[in-house]
Amino acid sequence: MSVLIFIDHADGHIKKASLEALTYGAAVAKQLGVPAAGLLLGTVQDDLAALGKYGISTIHQANNEAFNHLDAQVYSKAIAEAVTTTGATVLVFSHNQTGKAVAPRVAARLKAGVVTGAVALPDTASGFVVKKSVFSAKAFAKVNITSAIKVVSLNPNSFKIEAGEGTATINQLAITPAAGAVKVTAVNKVSGEVPLTEAEVIVSGGRGLKGPENWGLLEDLARPLHAALACSRPVADSHWRPHHEHVGQTGVQVAPNLYIAVGISGAIQHLAGVNRSKVIVVINKDPEAPFFKAADYGIVGDAFEILPKLTEEIKKIKG
Amino acid sequence: MKILVCVSKTPDTTSKIAFKDGNTRFDEAGVQWIINPHDEWFALVRAIELKEKDPSIAVHLITVGGPEAEPIIRKALALGGDEAIRINAESYDSYYTAAQIAAVAKDGGYDLVFTGKETIDFNGASVGAMLAELLDTPYISLATKFDLNGTTATISREIEGGEEVAEVALPVIVSCQKGVAEQRIPNMRGIMAARTKPLKVVEPAAAENLTEIVSFELPPAKAGVKLVDAGNVAELVRLLHEEAKAI
Repeated sequence: MSVLIFIDHADGHIKKASLEALTYGAAVAKQLGVPAAGLLLGTVQDDLAALGKYGISTIHQANNEAFNHLDAQVYSKAIAEAVTTTGATVLVFSHNQTGKAVAPRVAARLKAGVVTGAVALPDTASGFVVKKSVFSAKAFAKVNITSAIKVVSLNPNSFKIEAGEGTATINQLAITPAAGAVKVTAVNKVSGEVPLTEAEVIVSGGRGLKGPENWGLLEDLARPLHAALACSRPVADSHWRPHHEHVGQTGVQVAPNLYIAVGISGAIQHLAGVNRSKVIVVINKDPEAPFFKAADYGIVGDAFEILPKLTEEIKKIKG
Repeated sequence: MKILVCVSKTPDTTSKIAFKDGNTRFDEAGVQWIINPHDEWFALVRAIELKEKDPSIAVHLITVGGPEAEPIIRKALALGGDEAIRINAESYDSYYTAAQIAAVAKDGGYDLVFTGKETIDFNGASVGAMLAELLDTPYISLATKFDLNGTTATISREIEGGEEVAEVALPVIVSCQKGVAEQRIPNMRGIMAARTKPLKVVEPAAAENLTEIVSFELPPAKAGVKLVDAGNVAELVRLLHEEAKAI
């Protein structure tokens, strides 16, 4: 029995969401009194042994170039083989783009129950009960996994990364990848941006900003906060901002520590994408904007006057 | 060519979320049921667009649910599906759902299976991937664009901070999200035509549930917004720094 944590990576580096998954998986293993190990498919530039500080003793690596691009079919066969080889009984993923494609697929292959979007450690007192976000973050469900092997994917930004001491032993796994059917022909990434799903702070704008030419005000605020930029659906639909910045029910669902919404009224579809944020600040000139009901802090006023002042005050704090 | 679109019945986005029977069941009182938006607006509409371009394409719809799911599947037919299958079972486990759809799809000769990226009730994002595994088919999740060129699909999918473009030979299973298509509203002609389109009811195959819902809970109520005067922005920053410790 052991806990195996899938380590996701891109551009040669381990994703932050995987560090959360490692911390979470190590805590699950501690709770069950079993060892925790990581599983990496492909290669990274990062120091793998150093991942031991997140509480894992071993990293199993299956080193093959075929694993450096995501093909869910290839990944699921390899991961299932690693589960069988290592005798793992709990498999942990991040509920990020890779986890969403792979975790349920591996679960089906292993005939294992899966809980996706977990937000807390499992209750193992009688069963394996995992709390997850449901109804677009308007409620939680506690779900018991009844199969012998259990698969959990952790919602990004819902478990604090904790690093201690220790190094992990690297164990090379002999897994030959299955032939892949998916041929990646292009990767279009906006360089230098913090991905919205991993962002600690998000500065988001709505129609209240009146046009794309005013986004410089939000960029100025985002810079000292090291924040990612986001927008509401009408803004993306009007092509003021790219679609990958749209947060909401049909866009990206986020859970930052701080979400600053400027000129967004707060339709229920927008809230469904942001209401897992720990602290919500709303700036809107309409005191009746529904977003104020979901906010922790708010200012009723003109964004064009408030934003430059807010940026200056933030700079004082952030140096 | 045959396309299978998986549709699910979900509460309307604006529904009040409440639970009953000691917080073990969703309270359906006063709830308006809709087709899961990701299934309808993106998966189904893209399938219909492909059919409009190539009328030889057949679009079949499938849902797992009791008789109360029929109004939503009729609406999906009104949007342009050719025929529908309802698997007569209630399911709260993604493996059970996927196993039911796989049992029907395996002999259906489908070249493409579309799902929404997730349902807006259980937010599992699981059924498409599980179905792909059970049918041993390639799977592309979170698709933002889908094009067909003969028997090859070109698909853009969301990755952190951007998108990836991939080519894959059919058959393939794709979970669809915003970008793949634009929402449509059924017209009167479609609604009338849907009344006579075939809706086949099949009994569920033998399959296990691998999870069970123990209980539900609502998040703790918010303390209420703390409003700061527009002329005192420094106070907001102080609160975020000292009280919320968010910056």
